[in-house]
Amino acid sequence: MTTATRPAALSRENLSDAISQLAAGGALIVVFIYLSIASDRFLTSDNLFNVGQQTAVTAIIAIGMTLVIITAGIDLSVGAVAALSGVVGVKLMIELGLPPNLAIVVGVLVGALAGLVNGLLVTITQLAPFIATLGMMSVARGLTLIVTGAAAVFGAPADFRLLGQGEIGPVPIPVIALIAVAILGHLVLTRTRLGRYSYAIGSNPEAARLSGIPVKRYLTAVYVIAGALAGFGGMMAASRVNSGQPNFGIGLELDVIAAAVIGGASLFGGRGTVVGTLIGGFLIALIRNGSVLLNVNTFYQSVIIGVIIWLAVIFDQYRRRRLGGAGE
Amino acid sequence: MSADRTPVVRLSGVTKRFPGVLAVDNVDLEILSGQVHVVAGENGAGKSTLMKLLSQVERPDEGTVEIGGEPVAFHGPGHAQRLGVAMVYQEFALAPHLTVAENLFLGREPGRFGTLNRGEERRRARELLESVRLDVDPTRRVASLSVAAQQRVEIAKALAIDARLVIMDEPTAVLPERDIDDLFEVIRELTGRGIAVLYISHRLDEIFRIGDRVTVMRDGAVVKTLPVSELDHDQLVRLMVGREIANLYPKPEAELGEVRLAIRDVTRAGVVDGCSLEVRGGEIVGLAGLVGAGRTELARAVFGADRLDSGTVELDGEAVRIDSPAAAIDAGLGYLTEDRKGNGLALELAIEHNITLANLPTRGPLLDLGREHEIAAHRRDQLDIRTPSLRRRVEALSGGNQQKVMVAKWLETRGRVLFFDEPGRGIDVGAKAEMFELIGELATEGRAIVLISSYLPELLNMCDRILVMRDGRMAGELARDDFSEERLMALATGAKEAHER
Repeated sequence: MTTATRPAALSRENLSDAISQLAAGGALIVVFIYLSIASDRFLTSDNLFNVGQQTAVTAIIAIGMTLVIITAGIDLSVGAVAALSGVVGVKLMIELGLPPNLAIVVGVLVGALAGLVNGLLVTITQLAPFIATLGMMSVARGLTLIVTGAAAVFGAPADFRLLGQGEIGPVPIPVIALIAVAILGHLVLTRTRLGRYSYAIGSNPEAARLSGIPVKRYLTAVYVIAGALAGFGGMMAASRVNSGQPNFGIGLELDVIAAAVIGGASLFGGRGTVVGTLIGGFLIALIRNGSVLLNVNTFYQSVIIGVIIWLAVIFDQYRRRRLGGAGE
Repeated sequence: MSADRTPVVRLSGVTKRFPGVLAVDNVDLEILSGQVHVVAGENGAGKSTLMKLLSQVERPDEGTVEIGGEPVAFHGPGHAQRLGVAMVYQEFALAPHLTVAENLFLGREPGRFGTLNRGEERRRARELLESVRLDVDPTRRVASLSVAAQQRVEIAKALAIDARLVIMDEPTAVLPERDIDDLFEVIRELTGRGIAVLYISHRLDEIFRIGDRVTVMRDGAVVKTLPVSELDHDQLVRLMVGREIANLYPKPEAELGEVRLAIRDVTRAGVVDGCSLEVRGGEIVGLAGLVGAGRTELARAVFGADRLDSGTVELDGEAVRIDSPAAAIDAGLGYLTEDRKGNGLALELAIEHNITLANLPTRGPLLDLGREHEIAAHRRDQLDIRTPSLRRRVEALSGGNQQKVMVAKWLETRGRVLFFDEPGRGIDVGAKAEMFELIGELATEGRAIVLISSYLPELLNMCDRILVMRDGRMAGELARDDFSEERLMALATGAKEAHER
């Protein structure tokens, strides 16, 4: 049954992972079909691309968050870091005449730098990730307000709009960027040392260290990646409104964590996938979109999303308990 | 005498299934008051499930459980406690930040209307501690107690609920040798009060030391229940394994080669003090000593897991600088930890991913998943790791198979010098025999082996030489011709103490 040449065979655990994603995936399909029937505006390419475009920022940042959560960490600073990257990038274009492409790179680097600080706080000073990134959330938001004087920064060059508003053929560029980041993220998680070590660190950091894995280096790298993706998301969001918004991304970290958790990532580490996080992200997006289309009081969105978080995690725990009960 | 003993617990036709496993198969069992009833069997024999059925952690699929002559319905662990069934877990279920007294009465605090009568709590706590012969202040925090003392608190907790049946799951696995006698005295005191003790252990000698009756389980079913006095060691092993085990400790006759590992004056402040040791290729050198003597600490420091304050390490005549496990692995060292779950394995990862964790096969920047699977399949066949799939999470394996996964991981790093820290802990007789056979083979292939064990028969049978540690220092060395438990214990405890015995 387990011959060496069949790496694609499904074991019980792989299957149950798939089922867990199916549950969130099933919910996604149900909501999708329901909205298709309930609203004639839903199933149009305009609306769907619009959803994709709106979700791209959250989903891209959520992929970085998934990586962090797999290591049993958390990054509360992504929303604030995204805002900081956005305003810094836009300001550099206006004040130094930086070309948009370069500004985007700088925005990503700002995020990566914030991630580096997070990573060093977690690995060198051994702060709990929650605390380290809580501090960064405040620091980054504060810097954003200092840089901008709490006012939005307008006047970016017109071609900066491309990242957030451009299209290639009918497909919005944010959607293309999301697909690229997702494929890359999936490859990193399943096919690279960084991915494998992240799961190992999240599952048992001491076992990982005793296996010769340079835990601190890899953990730091994970926070840098999460920060860089937050920076990228921040630039994309800035591009959508062609301005730097100091108040962008307040509460975004919670949406991002919700997407990962609905998608099967465990806050205790060792579990999580890019596909799951995408499903989680789009489930939230469809519920938001549907509420608008169906004129549902938007306050209900939050309630529904909260309930979905509960159900997803309850299901995950139930599944794990059943699996855990079988061994002696 | 035992004729007039009443059964505290009676199981009739109890069956429990898990998906794909018949964990407990139509078990009939009577546990008598005032007796130590041992349940013996290999991992997977159904012992743990049986305990969980008694403590109502799991619900039986079929059959009846009677406690004190009354059939009991399933209402969860709290109900079992109220019926007088107490469980002393291997990993203690104490709240480390609370005091001893608070732990003893957790959930049943003396006092009225939600207020606490702390004086009363302390007074009753002192009584309970006295009856388990534990001399500590009840206001101390549990976290500050030794493992042995914490275990005593667990037992006192069982007394606090007036337990009729106390279930102990491998209580000696966590204890230093010298505390085991004390524990046994406390157990005798319990049975003296008419309490029944259900005792689970992998250490056969304990079964004969403490047991009154023994039930042997295999594949979920009861093989036999009989008085311990009607049984000898070999018969017991045969009942447990279902076949003859010719030799539990197959010592290889390996040709000794050159010195592979030489440690000189290794010191780690506070735990290891100027230890030196040499191991040749093909040689198995034992590290003996009481718990806390510094054996694990020495191994960890040499392996780079903890900082080494001073001293040198040479491999095959070359000095190596080891400042991290990664450096140690590069140099050819391997360390199988004593704590599989705590720091040996990534339990949520697949078996194959654990096997390759310390030496991932890559192609360019990417992992070579096909090659990884081949490697894992090869090790599975070589070490006989029993699993339906290499993609299963390691946590689903039995202890013996988990141990093999750790060995496989270190074979993948091409380790020339392997430290085995308590390789026999928590695995059953059959798996143990296999593990020691494997260790012998690894030595025969020219590797140098350092074997750390608290269980003397393992050391006396497997090793070419034994070094004894005491208080972080090397207390002495025994050549194979001089091996004896007495000499070993004399060195481990300090000769003076041994003379007084």
